Amino acid sequence: MSDDRTFVIIGASQAGGWVAQTLRNEGFEGKVILIGEEPYLPYERPPLSKAALLGEVTVDSTYFWQQEALDEANIEVRLNTRVTAIDRNAKEIEIKGGDRIAYDKLAITTGARVRKLPIEGADLPGVFYLRTMEDTLAIRDAVKDGATAMIVGGGWIGLECAATLTKLGCKSIVVEAADRLCGRAVTPEISDWMLKFHTGHGVDVRLSTGIEKFEGNGQLERAVLPGGDTIDCSIAVVGIGVIANVELAQEAGLEIDNGIVVDNCARTSDPDIVAAGDVTNHPNDLLGRRIRLESYENAQNQGITAGKAMLDKAEPYSEIPWFWSDQFDANLQMIGLPQDWDETATRGDEASNEFVTFYLKNGVIDGAISVNNPRDLRVGKRLMQGKKQVSAAELIDPDTKLQTLLKR
Amino acid sequence: MSEIEYHAVAKTDEIMEEDVKGVFVGDEEIAVFNVKGEYFATHGICTHENVGLADGFVEGDLIECPLHSACFEIKTGKAVNPPAEIDLKIYPVKVEGDTIYVGIEK
Ligand SMILES: Cc1cc2nc3c(=O)[nH]c(=O)nc-3n(C[C@H](O)[C@H](O)[C@H](O)COP(=O)(O)OP(=O)(O)OC[C@H]3O[C@@H](n4cnc5c(N)ncnc54)[C@H](O)[C@@H]3O)c2cc1C
Ligand code: FES
Repeated sequence: MSDDRTFVIIGASQAGGWVAQTLRNEGFEGKVILIGEEPYLPYERPPLSKAALLGEVTVDSTYFWQQEALDEANIEVRLNTRVTAIDRNAKEIEIKGGDRIAYDKLAITTGARVRKLPIEGADLPGVFYLRTMEDTLAIRDAVKDGATAMIVGGGWIGLECAATLTKLGCKSIVVEAADRLCGRAVTPEISDWMLKFHTGHGVDVRLSTGIEKFEGNGQLERAVLPGGDTIDCSIAVVGIGVIANVELAQEAGLEIDNGIVVDNCARTSDPDIVAAGDVTNHPNDLLGRRIRLESYENAQNQGITAGKAMLDKAEPYSEIPWFWSDQFDANLQMIGLPQDWDETATRGDEASNEFVTFYLKNGVIDGAISVNNPRDLRVGKRLMQGKKQVSAAELIDPDTKLQTLLKR
Repeated sequence: MSEIEYHAVAKTDEIMEEDVKGVFVGDEEIAVFNVKGEYFATHGICTHENVGLADGFVEGDLIECPLHSACFEIKTGKAVNPPAEIDLKIYPVKVEGDTIYVGIEK
């Protein structure tokens, strides 16, 4: 009765962890080996720019599963272990140092790494990126009350970091190359709201600006702006996006196109290999196009999908993308990836920092973003899922109970 | 054996169908629900992280956490989808007249 197969997972983070758990939850009795380069058990990344950076939570508390739970599930976790190659013919992987591990099925959940800032001085001590627990611990160590922190990039990570460092007593300066904040993710109206919100909390936001170079004598001392002006700063955090870790898959000859190409059940072009999380380019049937997502929910649910697919219990995965961010006292949440809406409807009051803006296309919700209003956003998600016909006027009207629109 | 003590927490017309209200009994945060005219109570904090479920969304007999969208069965407290894996504590409820009472162990 015993199953002598070995299922290997490369990348011991959220997606990989969920693949492993799902194998067990679905009754797989063979060997499960979860391999990761980092020194920690799979942990949540969202706190890295929030509670963990503030020092409010311990490293352990960010683990998705404690060691005992992984032991109990008989998941063999190999940390500090980098996989260097996938040999699809031999069905083996190679780890740094040369050891090889045979697999019957393989999951690639290698996520993404930060994009580096290609300027002079970017390698000075004091210049940080923010993707891993090590990054967060290092930034925390370097932060001193009253320090000036230069944040390069006004996207989600940059803004969360600006908020957290401000809370820690730093003077946060955000430089953003585009003419508005979070330009790739939100509409100009929301960018404006973010600008007001951050400025109101004391963040110095400079749009359409870059950093020419960093300078310092063995340690970051100042940033030089394009015109030659300088700003003294002792730390800098760069958040200018990530690059999917596709190299292993690419070298093994799997199909790559802005991520590892998978189908709606997380299967790659090799029948014995699945992939999930930030690293995949997957079809989303609800949106009718292929996407690569960098989100908590996708890492979890596509990970679960991939685990099932490894057991030949494939179930199509398609969800309305959902993302959240916490900045100062604002909880932002977004659904969908609206592209070409013809109307917007804002319910609540932007000035009071409690509202939700819906994007409508032909009378159907195509996406929404909420600030301190998670509940209305969730109703919006159901309305979007059900493709319910709604009007901007009724969405805006505070007397409309949104739930009643679901009954249509 | 611990005894159950009932506390008045809300009026029936304060919680519409498919809705939730957060209340406190002493230090205990509790979420009170109306599912098809019947009232139920669970612990008010998600078992995943420290977030109030009263800001969540009720759909049928499920409550969805406002933070990471874990769902719990309102009647049983069962965690039905990740990231939550621990069930929610539930409390007995009784309605007398138009007042909802939640039973807490003494
Ligand atoms: C600071 C921060 C804040 C965030 N906040 C939010 C938020 O508020 N809301 C939200 O929805 N999402 C948020 N996210 C995004 C979310 O955390 C990611 O989408 C999620 O972590 C992706 O999980 P993953 O498992 O696909 O990839 P990753 O978490 O990137 O994990 C990939 C793992 O694979 C390992 N690996 C890669 N190559 C190899 C190799 N060759 N050998 C061995 N191991 C390897 C890596 O070391 C890494 O541990 C945030 C991310 C960051 C960084
Ligand atoms: S806090 Fe409720 S799901 Fe995470």
